[in-house]
Amino acid sequence: MSIASPLTEPAAAPGRARRFLRRYPPLVLLAALFIILTLLISAAADWIAPYHYTTQDLSNRLLPPVFLGGLAQYPLGTDELGRDILSRLIYATRFSVIIAILGTSIGAVLGTLIGFIAAHFRGWVEETLMMLVDAQASMPFMLLALAVLAFFGNSLVLFIVVLGINGWENYARLTRGMVLSASSQGYAVAVHALGATPARIYTRHILPNILSVLIVQFTLNFPATILLETSMSFLGLGIQPPLTSLGQMLGSGRSHLLLAWWIAVLPGTMIFLSTLSISMFGDWLRDRLDPTLRNR
Amino acid sequence: MNARFVLTKLFRALVTLWLVVTFAFVILHASGDPIEILLGDQAEQEVIDHYKQLYGLDRPMHEQYFRYVAGVAQGDLGFSLSDQRPVTELLAEAIPATLELGLTALAISMLIGIPLGIVAALNRNKAIDRFVMTFAVLGFSIPNFFLGILMILLFSLWLRWLPTSGMGTWQHLVMPALTLGTAAAGSLARFTRSSMLEVMSKLYMRTAVAKGVPRGRRIRWHALPNAAIPLVTVLGFRLGDLVAGSIVTETVFAWPGVGRALVSAVSARDLAVVQGVLLMTAFTMVIANLLVDLAYGWIDPRIRAAKSRPSEA
Repeated sequence: MSIASPLTEPAAAPGRARRFLRRYPPLVLLAALFIILTLLISAAADWIAPYHYTTQDLSNRLLPPVFLGGLAQYPLGTDELGRDILSRLIYATRFSVIIAILGTSIGAVLGTLIGFIAAHFRGWVEETLMMLVDAQASMPFMLLALAVLAFFGNSLVLFIVVLGINGWENYARLTRGMVLSASSQGYAVAVHALGATPARIYTRHILPNILSVLIVQFTLNFPATILLETSMSFLGLGIQPPLTSLGQMLGSGRSHLLLAWWIAVLPGTMIFLSTLSISMFGDWLRDRLDPTLRNR
Repeated sequence: MNARFVLTKLFRALVTLWLVVTFAFVILHASGDPIEILLGDQAEQEVIDHYKQLYGLDRPMHEQYFRYVAGVAQGDLGFSLSDQRPVTELLAEAIPATLELGLTALAISMLIGIPLGIVAALNRNKAIDRFVMTFAVLGFSIPNFFLGILMILLFSLWLRWLPTSGMGTWQHLVMPALTLGTAAAGSLARFTRSSMLEVMSKLYMRTAVAKGVPRGRRIRWHALPNAAIPLVTVLGFRLGDLVAGSIVTETVFAWPGVGRALVSAVSARDLAVVQGVLLMTAFTMVIANLLVDLAYGWIDPRIRAAKSRPSEA
């Protein structure tokens, strides 16, 4: 069968491609590509943005994008102060991404820590912490965030901390449950018998074992943080000018809808596509890591 | 459902309420001197003393706390400085608008979400299932404010069919209710689907097939009632999303409800109103969750049975 191999080679290719596509559906690949692109744009903002996000050109205000008859020097048009929308979009994406990463990380670290504490001390400590988790889960978080900002006044640091508090309860609940079940498993009992301190068992042995679940929760929480940040900035209660974020751009573009709809629609599309991509990627990741949850 | 179950739930609800009231009190007092906000830092000492006495701020902290809790318990939520009237009055005016919008949105989300979820589950892994699930993901990925703006652009500015903002006729209600309802419809469709799929894999469904129950009757009488049970809980949680969503949606469409009142109060730093909205929402949420918990035990005979015979639970 010497001729079989050249014939089966091309025949194997579609099979392999189909297998590849079943493992990595095209939509998920597209989502991953968009996420990578967004991260690259945020990282390289200083180099790729044609203008600084505050540079004004007052003689060229409210210009349409180039495909609607605008000028080539402002590919996506300009806003009410003649600022280049492409540059603002790039910088706004960067701010939104940085804030979302910081916010989600704060929540993840805080929640995981609380989960460990609850699982370690048990008793009334655990009861109290879990009651806090329930209380937080039963309140719409945006309301608490608005209340905190109203009471303490708005500042960038406070805003990021508030975003971070969003979602901690998910990590706390997950971590507590997993640490409790991991503690009774063979490997944890064995290192404990070898004389390892609880801190060492938790950080060196249990944490790496539950990390994958926490990472999935991180990707699922990430779009929620973006939505919270953009919603609050949209309401004028989050990121304040001259800083810009996607939500803030959309909010200020709202008053020019009739004359220049693209000022609001472009950042809105960006928010929509990023939350969509991350949600899809997160869902896929969860299914990959825990097939029992498929179709939920 | 026994007395102990109800009492535990009641106790939890009370603890949550107490936590929120205390949170509001602490944050009100940690956020600076209300007298200074009211009078500025140039005021005479006598005037300051007068106002401190008037608002009871010269009393010891624990006494202020008890007066605050007693006031809240009697429905006294303080006085709005920027509107110069009691917060309770201000909220009483805004609540009907928020209820009108919220209940319509809830109805829309159920009318769209539940049938779509059922259809998707019955056609599992077929094209229609994928289509419905894609719609669901799109529905809850699109931010409320963006969907609202796209609708204003399309239906108000370009087609000129509907008014951009305000309240009054049914035309005013269409866009805000759709905006608010779409996100909830997406997650409801997803949840209904997974609930249906779980029920359909149960042994009693196979039994029904085996004894020759027709498909339509199997779905209507065996699957749907069982799949509806977890939906009750999820509707309780959706209420919180609707409250949060209404903050944004009411602002986009200038809908004169509680959400918009909250946003303008936050901008003006009118703390009494913010605190009032916070407490009111907390009460609503806690009561809704309590009702869901109790309804759950009442709807599902298995839970009722398990509760009254703890040895078999």
